[in-house]
Amino acid sequence: MTVSTSDVPHAPQKGRSLWDDARDRLFANRAAVASMIVLGVIALLSIIGPMLSPHPFDKVYRDYVKVPASLQAYPRPDQVQPAFEALAKRARLTIESYDRVGDSIVAEVSSRRAIDPRTTRYFDRSDLFKDAALTDMAEDQRAGRLRADINFVHFYFGTDANGRDMMTRTFIAGRVSLTIGLLATAVAISIGVLYGATSGYLGGRVDRLMMRVVDILYSLPFIFFVIMLVVFFGRNFVLMFIAVGAVEWLDMARIVRGQTLTIKRQEYVQAAEAMGVSDTGIVRRHIIPNTLGPVVVYMTLLVPKVILLESFLSFLGLGVQEPMTSWGVLISEGARNLQGSAWMLIFPSIFLTSTLFALNFIGDGLRDALDPKDR
Amino acid sequence: MTRYVLGRLLGAIPTIFLIVTISFFLIRIAPGGPFDLERPLEAKVMENLNKIYHLDEPLWQQYLLYLKSVAQLDFGPSFYFRDFTINELFAQSLPISIQLGLTALCLALVVGGTLGVVAALRQNQPTDYTVMAAATLGVTIPNFVVAPILTLVLGVWLGWLPVGGWNGGAFVNVILPVVTLALPQIAVVARLTRGSMIEALRSNHVRTARAYGLSTYMVVVVHALRGAILPVVSYLGPAAAALLTGSVVVETIFGIPGIGRYFVQGALNRDYTLVMGTVVVVACFVILFNLIVDLLYALLDPRVRYD
Amino acid sequence: MTSTNAPVLDIQNLTVDFDTPTGTIAAVRGVDMHVGAGETVAIVGESGSGKSQAMMAAMGLLAANGRAGGRVTYDGADLLNLPLAKLNTLRGRKITMIFQEPMTSLDPLYTIGRQLAEPMVVHGGLSWKAAKTRALELLKLVNIPDPDRKIKAYPYEMSGGQRQRVMIAMALANDPDVLIADEPTTALDVTTQAQILQLLADLQKRLGMAVMFITHDLGIVRRIADRVYVMKSGDVVESGETDRIFTSPEHPYTRMLLDAEPTGAKPPVPAASPPLLEAQKVGVAFSVDAGLFKPRHELKAVDGVSFALRRGQTLGIVGESGSGKSTLGRAVLNLLPATGRVVYNGDVISGKSRAHMQALRRHLQLVFQDPFGSLSPRLTVGQIVSEGLLVHEPQLSAADRDARACQALEEVALDPAMRNRYPHEFSGGQRQRIAIARTMVLKPDLVVLDEPTSALDRTIQKQIVELLRDLQAAHELTYLFISHDLAVVRALADTVMVMKQGKVIEAGPTDVIFQSPRDDYTRELIGAAMLTQSQMMATG
Repeated sequence: MTVSTSDVPHAPQKGRSLWDDARDRLFANRAAVASMIVLGVIALLSIIGPMLSPHPFDKVYRDYVKVPASLQAYPRPDQVQPAFEALAKRARLTIESYDRVGDSIVAEVSSRRAIDPRTTRYFDRSDLFKDAALTDMAEDQRAGRLRADINFVHFYFGTDANGRDMMTRTFIAGRVSLTIGLLATAVAISIGVLYGATSGYLGGRVDRLMMRVVDILYSLPFIFFVIMLVVFFGRNFVLMFIAVGAVEWLDMARIVRGQTLTIKRQEYVQAAEAMGVSDTGIVRRHIIPNTLGPVVVYMTLLVPKVILLESFLSFLGLGVQEPMTSWGVLISEGARNLQGSAWMLIFPSIFLTSTLFALNFIGDGLRDALDPKDR
Repeated sequence: MTRYVLGRLLGAIPTIFLIVTISFFLIRIAPGGPFDLERPLEAKVMENLNKIYHLDEPLWQQYLLYLKSVAQLDFGPSFYFRDFTINELFAQSLPISIQLGLTALCLALVVGGTLGVVAALRQNQPTDYTVMAAATLGVTIPNFVVAPILTLVLGVWLGWLPVGGWNGGAFVNVILPVVTLALPQIAVVARLTRGSMIEALRSNHVRTARAYGLSTYMVVVVHALRGAILPVVSYLGPAAAALLTGSVVVETIFGIPGIGRYFVQGALNRDYTLVMGTVVVVACFVILFNLIVDLLYALLDPRVRYD
Repeated sequence: MTSTNAPVLDIQNLTVDFDTPTGTIAAVRGVDMHVGAGETVAIVGESGSGKSQAMMAAMGLLAANGRAGGRVTYDGADLLNLPLAKLNTLRGRKITMIFQEPMTSLDPLYTIGRQLAEPMVVHGGLSWKAAKTRALELLKLVNIPDPDRKIKAYPYEMSGGQRQRVMIAMALANDPDVLIADEPTTALDVTTQAQILQLLADLQKRLGMAVMFITHDLGIVRRIADRVYVMKSGDVVESGETDRIFTSPEHPYTRMLLDAEPTGAKPPVPAASPPLLEAQKVGVAFSVDAGLFKPRHELKAVDGVSFALRRGQTLGIVGESGSGKSTLGRAVLNLLPATGRVVYNGDVISGKSRAHMQALRRHLQLVFQDPFGSLSPRLTVGQIVSEGLLVHEPQLSAADRDARACQALEEVALDPAMRNRYPHEFSGGQRQRIAIARTMVLKPDLVVLDEPTSALDRTIQKQIVELLRDLQAAHELTYLFISHDLAVVRALADTVMVMKQGKVIEAGPTDVIFQSPRDDYTRELIGAAMLTQSQMMATG
């Protein structure tokens, strides 16, 4: 939404366009402003969050399956020794002494056979330790000092059933959900605006025929078609948003048609016609700027609808493919693991709901701002 | 009136024909078939199966065959539930879905309508803001989030309600699915009612009613509400469609043997007849419901005349 | 019927404030008014003077953000502080009200009979059956044709005039003491207006209630009121006996209002002036088709209209709503498909394609009635005014266009410094000036003016009429002036054409038509509208 500019060289008095008024009203609406901030933060996290996160979104931590969300670092102090002992056992080492020095473990180990220096790999491969090293080996190679640093990691949102970091996954899922939301909305808006404007502007029989088609399409159980498409043609990211977009354009077409019909009857359009302004001129200068308001509002309200639809498909197991993920996928996994690991549901749900909430509030705010007669 | 209804029903035939055609060919051009199992079947068995289900015939012949049987209201045998015909499956599942959907719709209308009217009468007051915030929440939180949480709290922790199953439609089994299904619709109905009620309360004829000393009840209920309910009535059509969609989730989560669940199973198992049967039945249902809604609208608004 | 008896309704120091997001607006600033039994009091003022809001406040009908102060006394009770239940025993029984908008003031979902009966059931304790019987009597009283059938009709099945009669019937149902009529005739055609006023006057004489009549139309005041309150921006600036107000107004604003009737006549055009426009048997038919498969039927909006205009002349086209006068205006400009022949400057323009019309469009212009609808809300005034130049003089640079826009704005007496503002920042009169500037920038020959003054207050109307006259004289413009307002037509037109149901009833020079109309309908029209004029001339 930009303020219309004028190219008058010496402008003595600045007018306030309806867009200016609408912007002021929007910024005066606290719920809408707060929502814009929330949405901005979520979008930013989704875009740069995965880059900043120390965990790749598909990295599996086998030692940290379903660990709860926590601000404290893993491993927990009481986890370290048992884990170390378990690893030593697997490496067939006997621990003679165990000592924690700062963030490292120093242990005297012995074995019945000669200790292979590669034994340290057992420790390095574990998610708990890193930089394991054997020093001070005995002459017979059957004892030595094993030193390993504790590998501290944070799982602020916990991990999922495969031991992947929920925070990074939530951010990545945000990318997917928001992208699908925006792309599908763009598809729906493009089809809807074009169809609606054509129908409304041409009028007459063409209009009636085109609207009849919309009526028929309305009575189709579209969601079932989407499911069919997705099931039969594979879970394709592109296909998905085309399908969703193709479903959601009907409302837009109706809105734009109604708006076009209203504007076409407005006297300022008739005045332009009487002045000999061409069709393109009328559409560009009069119809588009005046249709923009409702379209923008509807767009803001359509994005959450699409995101919801995507998560609905994901919930049914028809969403994006592993290891990619979306909020819907995460939520459906969370719902399955609700007992015992509630964080798996809570965090993606918070992100999804706040996004939808924010978008709804922004949409409502925009509507009030652009069409102030209800205040 | 009768002529109008007949006309509408006749007008639905092309729509249904279109639906049958689109879904038939959409399924058939899709890769994979009903018998492509993980463990391939023997060639002989496959051949026999294809023969039984007419899959060996040319596509257009299959199409005509299917059209013919649908015209006789026979949706054919199921490919996946091989002992059942689609009609038998629907006979069990459709009543369950209808009961679920209608109960949720009534709940949504009563609760949503009441909330909307209350909010409109207290416009821009705390009550209004609370109701509207709750309504926004209701629209925003997906039912597949609500359902597990409700199950966990009321079913598992408190143990008040069963966590799933239909149990022949016993009251306690119905509560959770119906509430889950109705919540978003309650929210939408509340928002709609509030909006149209505010407009109605400001309209000139309500001003007339107030100017003529009618009681608040008469003004609000007799003069404002009857007009304000009209947009809600028009919303019933889309609401029914939304409930059908919602029922897919709810039936899956709560393990209710309704038509929505069959659809997902059918689609995943390439059960051609089951998927198409569901689509056709659902479409008929939506069309019929829209007709009822239009008639209801005409009943409420004398300006609408059908002839 | 001068009355000195005690007031039935007494308004003292009434204030009305509205809380808006941008602050509190004082709509009524402490007014005193009263009305006695059998008396008719008129409250006069232009739009925004607070006259309606004062009465709404008295009836407890303010919008939610409105607050009323002061005292409104009826029968010893202060209406402003009465509990709702108590107030409801007075509203609709002792004090009733008729509103400006007959089309929307009745509930569209209930029959006339039910709505009429409702206040009687509530207040009079009548049974529904008895109330319906009385409703039928009332419909007869207000001269509704075919009352037995109409009582079962819904509001949408009736015309505006009939609905207003129903409202009046409703107002009289419980024999009220006070009737408040808020511009009850403004939305109606002149002939209907006259009938409704007559009906109200008769009923008052018969039933003897007090009437408070809100209007902006001095003609009506003159005709029906005993006393007058003149309101301006929330204050009563002058009050007194009707005769006194009309003969010796004290306040300058009252004088301005009384002066606001457009006066004078147009100087005739020299006989040598060349013919500019000729219309022969112009007809427009709309095909009305309800559905995709239903047969169309034709509606003749304009039926064989012919006229000729010379350069510099003004043709006034007069008629009530639905008479086809606006359609004729558009048909002449070839803006909608029409039959017959229109010749402009020796050039047959009827039936020309849009592309062929393009070059001619700059000479043929159109000004609309609604100054709020005819300006694109998202363009600046400068852009609106110069839009035609984009089409017809594309060689102009932006600076040149701007200069031309400034010139045009100056011509209509608007400050060109305001050209970067948007239409919603202007008042109705200013917006109509902008619309006129938009046509003037192209230096046209013929301008079709479609009710250009109807949506404006009288004082503004007068200014616009004068502006149009000045512009015509300066640029030798030819006008096709469409209006239902005979006073304005009389002040502007050389010749007048009266239309009814798409046909020309009567046509001729302005003086002739006004002084000796031949047709009954014309006489009725003039009789209904010209009361103001003749009485004003007699007295002032």
